[in-house]
Amino acid sequence: MRSTDYVLKRGFFALVTIFVALTINFFLFRVLPGTAVTNIARVPHGSPQLQHALTVEFGLDKPKWQQYLIYLKNLLHGNMGVSFTYQQPVSHLLIQDLKNTIPMVTVGTLAAIVIGVITGVLSAWRRGSVPDHVSTNAAIFFYAFPTQWLGLMLLIIFAGTLPAGGMQNPFVFGTEPFLQHLTDIGQHMILPAATLTLTAYGSYTLIVRSSMLETMGEDYVLTARAKGLPPRRVIRRHAFRNAMLPLLTLVALDLGFIVGGAVLIEVIFSWPGIGLAMYQAIGQRDYPMLQGGFLILTVAVIFLNFVADLLYFRLDPRISE
Amino acid sequence: MTLPLQDPLLSAEGEGQPSHRTGFFRTVLRERKSAVVGLSIIVFFVVLSIIAPYISPHSVTQPSCAVYAPPSSEHWLGCDDGGIDMLSLIMQGGRISLIVGFAATLVAMIIGGGVGLLSGYFGGAVDVSLMRVTDYLLVIPDLVLMMVIADLWGASLFHVIIVIGILEWTSTARVIRAQVMSVRERVYVKRARGMGAGNTRILSRHILPQVGPLLIANTVLTVAIAIYLETALAFLGLEDPSVTTWGTILEHAFERTAIAAGAWWAIVPVGFAIAAVIVGCFLLGQAVEDALNPRLRVAHLALRPWRMRPLVGRGPGAI
Repeated sequence: MRSTDYVLKRGFFALVTIFVALTINFFLFRVLPGTAVTNIARVPHGSPQLQHALTVEFGLDKPKWQQYLIYLKNLLHGNMGVSFTYQQPVSHLLIQDLKNTIPMVTVGTLAAIVIGVITGVLSAWRRGSVPDHVSTNAAIFFYAFPTQWLGLMLLIIFAGTLPAGGMQNPFVFGTEPFLQHLTDIGQHMILPAATLTLTAYGSYTLIVRSSMLETMGEDYVLTARAKGLPPRRVIRRHAFRNAMLPLLTLVALDLGFIVGGAVLIEVIFSWPGIGLAMYQAIGQRDYPMLQGGFLILTVAVIFLNFVADLLYFRLDPRISE
Repeated sequence: MTLPLQDPLLSAEGEGQPSHRTGFFRTVLRERKSAVVGLSIIVFFVVLSIIAPYISPHSVTQPSCAVYAPPSSEHWLGCDDGGIDMLSLIMQGGRISLIVGFAATLVAMIIGGGVGLLSGYFGGAVDVSLMRVTDYLLVIPDLVLMMVIADLWGASLFHVIIVIGILEWTSTARVIRAQVMSVRERVYVKRARGMGAGNTRILSRHILPQVGPLLIANTVLTVAIAIYLETALAFLGLEDPSVTTWGTILEHAFERTAIAAGAWWAIVPVGFAIAAVIVGCFLLGQAVEDALNPRLRVAHLALRPWRMRPLVGRGPGAI
C-alpha cells in the first residue's frame, strides 16, 4: 500500500512538473515584445490586412486562456507546430533527432557512471595513497573545465585518427552490411560520448569516494570486519551497496546538466541530435524547433527523474517511512 | 554552554558572543589551506581583470600580428583569427566573464536567499508553495531553458545575466531554508520573539546573520556555475556579439576554424583561465561550507576534501 502511495505521489509530481514546463513554454512564447505575427511569422512589415488575416489564422485574436487550451490540445495530439526552416512538422523532425541523441548520451553517461564508481571506490579504499590523490585531482580537473573546452581538446588531439564530426561516413550509402554500418556509427560516437564521460565522471568519482568513506565508518561495517570477513567482501557486500544511494540521487539531479552538456557536444561534433537542431534553430530564428526541443528534452529529464525516484524506492525502502 | 555545537559561529568563536562574521572567515582561512588557495585564485583574477586595460601588452581592437600567429616572445599566447593578441584578449575577456558571474550570482542570491528565508521562517503554506516552485525549477534542465529564453529575448549581456540569475537560485534556496528552519527553533530566537520582536526584526537581526556565512559559501559556489553557464551560452552564440568574454573567445576559436588551422593557443589557455576560476570558487566555497557543517568534522567525513554541487536530497527537511 505504501509503495503504491509513493509511486502515485512521485508520478503526480512528474506530471505537474511537465505541466509547469509546458506552461513556461507557452508564456515565454507570448511575452515577447511585439506580437507573434510580427515576430514569429516573420512578416515584420506586412500590410494591416495581411497582419489581421494571419492573426485570425493563427488564432491569436482569441483570449489568452483559449489560446492556452488550444496549445495544450495540440500538444496532446503531438502537434508542436511547423518548423520555419524545414517547413515540416517539428515533432517528426525532433523524434528523428531524439533517436540520434539517446544512444550517444546513454553511452557517455553509463561510461561516466562506471568510471566514476570504479575510481571512487578505489580512492576510498586506498585513501591517502598516491592513486587516491591522482584520481581525486583528475576528477576535479575534468570537472572544472567547460564541456565545450574538453570537446575541443579531444577534437584537436584525435582529429586525424577518429571521425571528428557527424554520425556516419557521408560516402556510405546504406547498402553496406548492417554490422559495418554499426561500426561506422560507433566510431563516430567515440569522441562525443567520451567528452560527455569526461565532463560528467568527475563529480561521480568524488561523490562515490565520500559516500564510501562515510559508509565505511558505519558500525555495521566495523561489525563485518570484526567478524573476520575479508576486506574485499566487506567493501563489496556491505559498504558498496549502501554507498551507491547518493550516486543515484546525484545522477538524477545531474540529468539536466548532462542534457545541457549534450547540446554543447552535439554542436562541436555535428552530431545530428536534438541539441544540434536547437543550436541551428537559434541561428535561423526557428522558434517552433527551439520550443519543441526544449519540451522534448525537459519531458525526457522529468521522466528519467521519475524513473530514478522509483529505483531509489526499490533500492532503499527506508524512504517510505 | 551545554548546547550541542551545531552553531558554527558559536563554536568558531567560543562563548556565544554576538558573532562577528569576519572572525569566522578569518578562522576558516587560518585552518583550511584550500580556502586560502581558493581565495588567492579569485583575488588574483579579480585584480587582473580590474587592471587589465592598463597592463594588456597589446590592443584588443587593433590587430598586432599575423592571423593565428603562433606564440612568440612578442605574443606569449599567440594571436587569434583577426591578428589580435590572445593574452590581452583573455585578460580583458575575464573582466566581462567575472562581471557576468558575479552579477548573475547576485540576482540568484537575492532570489534564492529570499525564498529560503521566507520558506524556512514562515513554514506552512508559504513554505509549501515556494518549495514546489523550487522543486519544479530544479528538475527542468537549466541550460536548455536558458537557451530558449536568451534566444527569445535577444542576445545581450544583460539578458545573459538575468537568465542565469533567475534559474540558478534553487539549490541555494533549499540549503538556506534548511538552515533557517533549524535557527528558527533556537532558544534565543524564541526569546527575542517573547520580548516582542516582529518578524522583520527577527529575520534581519537574528536569523540573517546566522545564515550569512552559508549564504556566502553558496554565493561563491554559484559564481563558478554562473561563469560555466556564461561560457556555454556564449558558445551557443547567445552572448552579445560585441563583447569579449572567455565564452566568446572559445566560440570564435571554434567558429573560425582555429582547430583546422592548428591554432591550439586560441583554445587551450582560455580553458585554463576558466577552470582556474571555477576551481578557486569551489575550493573557497567548499571550505566555508565544510567549516559550517559540524557533521563533516567527524574524522572519517572530514577526509572528504571536495564536494560538487550541493546535494539536494529528497523528502521534507532534507538538504
